[in-house]
Amino acid sequence: MTDTTQNQVVDLAEAPRGVTIRVWEWARANLFNSPLNTVLTLAITYLFLRVLWPFIRWATIDSTWNAANDRACQASGGACWAFLREWGRFILFGRYPYEQQWRPALVLALFVVMLLVTARRSTGGRALLMMWSGGLVLVFALMWGGFLGMPYVETDLWNGLPLNLILALGGVGFSFPVAILVALGRRSRMPAIRWLSVAYIELIRGVPLITVLFMSALMVPLFLPGGASIAKLWRAEVALTLFFGAYLAEAIRAGLQVIPRGQYEAADSLGLGYWRKMGLIILPQALAISIPAIVNTAIGAFKDTTLITIVGIFDVLQDVNNATNDPGWRNAYWEGYVFVGAIFFVFCLYLSRYSQSLERSLSRARPGARRT
Amino acid sequence: MSMAMQERAAAAQTAGGPMIELRNVNKWYGEFHVLKDINISVRRGERVVVCGPSGSGKSTMIRCINRLEEHQKGQIFVDGIELTSDVKHVEAIRREVGMVFQQFNLFPHKTVLENLTLAPMWVRKMPKKEAEELAMHFLNRVKIPEQAAKYPGQLSGGQQQRVAIARSLCMKPQVMLFDEPTSALDPEMIKEVLDVMVGLAQEGMTMICVTHEMGFARTVADSMIFMDRGQVVEVAPPKEFFANPKSDRTKLFLSQILSH
Repeated sequence: MTDTTQNQVVDLAEAPRGVTIRVWEWARANLFNSPLNTVLTLAITYLFLRVLWPFIRWATIDSTWNAANDRACQASGGACWAFLREWGRFILFGRYPYEQQWRPALVLALFVVMLLVTARRSTGGRALLMMWSGGLVLVFALMWGGFLGMPYVETDLWNGLPLNLILALGGVGFSFPVAILVALGRRSRMPAIRWLSVAYIELIRGVPLITVLFMSALMVPLFLPGGASIAKLWRAEVALTLFFGAYLAEAIRAGLQVIPRGQYEAADSLGLGYWRKMGLIILPQALAISIPAIVNTAIGAFKDTTLITIVGIFDVLQDVNNATNDPGWRNAYWEGYVFVGAIFFVFCLYLSRYSQSLERSLSRARPGARRT
Repeated sequence: MSMAMQERAAAAQTAGGPMIELRNVNKWYGEFHVLKDINISVRRGERVVVCGPSGSGKSTMIRCINRLEEHQKGQIFVDGIELTSDVKHVEAIRREVGMVFQQFNLFPHKTVLENLTLAPMWVRKMPKKEAEELAMHFLNRVKIPEQAAKYPGQLSGGQQQRVAIARSLCMKPQVMLFDEPTSALDPEMIKEVLDVMVGLAQEGMTMICVTHEMGFARTVADSMIFMDRGQVVEVAPPKEFFANPKSDRTKLFLSQILSH
């Protein structure tokens, strides 16, 4: 199917004709090529406009950018973006000390830059690893402060979008090694290890994330020796790591299962030993196969970080709720949710595009690999 | 490992002892008795061809020699080291025993050169440059140095199998095991692989080949082993084996595979 579309694109691009003619020909070939398709195309276009057009009007033409409160916006009937001018910064950074908010802003910029560099596949794996470990140290140094004249900021005040990113990237990053070990453990020949891995996966997958978050927030302190306490943020991070670890382990196991037995035997017969066999031969192939499932889990993980509100941590979504508690902006929650939704959409779209390019480049690197 | 090395040193002192020895080896898959009291001894430098009908246990037998399969009764010695469940012994033996598979089993995510340098670098701790020189040496030997940068999926079956042989040779093994190396190949590619194997045999490599290529067997084998239903039925030099088989089962098998 991909082949035919590509061929058409090439054919059309080669045709020395105007763009409008080419678009019209493409539409005739793909959208109006039968009575049924014509009807469907028209119906869908109608529905699309019917739903989308009011939204576009609401978001642009009818919107208000200057207003003192939500009642002042009501006259226009459109989006009240003035709310974001007033509260946008709070939604992004929450209760982080106002005059220090350049620090989480820098952290956001750092994350975006690192994600963009990662997407450029020209950077080597080792360089990426160094960039991310250095970057994460910098992230925590900036958030905490306590040096170079930056006042110390406790983790309870880390709110908003930087927190979602730290929790998601940290959760997926920490759970990855856990997941690899558990996925290998589930296929281990040693019954005790296999049994433990299965128990972990089934236990975690059988429970909603909210339960795991509650458990770590409320029960972990009970088990700690008297007086010791761990910040809420870290308890939430441990819960997320454990939770994503179980799902990632299953994603990786699916990849492990399709590696042919001959690969194991060839590695064995060269005397590689278990860890080198897994690390050099089996896992690189299994992970490449698991990429779509891993990215799927990562996208879910990022969105799931909004659930940490439940244990009293203020993430970006909770910040919207808090902002609309302002008596002047009680009715502006629509604008807040659209804003946060757009942010999540951009990040998730980026992840999904990244995984597609990763898959393409991996299959390019090993043409015909599936034959062997 | 040091224990394994000591044992190997002890074995070297009693030089002339067999390179590979199987004593009363038995193996079962559940109820099914695959190997029945196998006794085989292979001298250093000896070329042995194992043949027999499918299901006779010949592949299982050679897969026991580097413990891709476990035997349940009897003893297997490789270069004086006994194969037990001791991982150190198993890994020491696997380093010395090369294996070529019917399905090549090259690593598809690595280039041909990387396939060859991987084990020398990670198992023998050889520096990268040295490993690459060694790899190119053996790629020349199997006559495909120009394919070094390609991925296995880009090569023909015959080329892949020659890369697989070179990959094993890069570990400088004492013994090479061939498990039906030409059975998955198109007919026009069988010769290029057999040529490489004949070359190896002429250089004095100790080899055990499971194969139906009787022409190859006649050229290089020092002895033929015929297996049927999990037993070694007949062991003889090729001349005698082909001209004058003793057992009826061998006669039947030979008549079936040589008749066309």
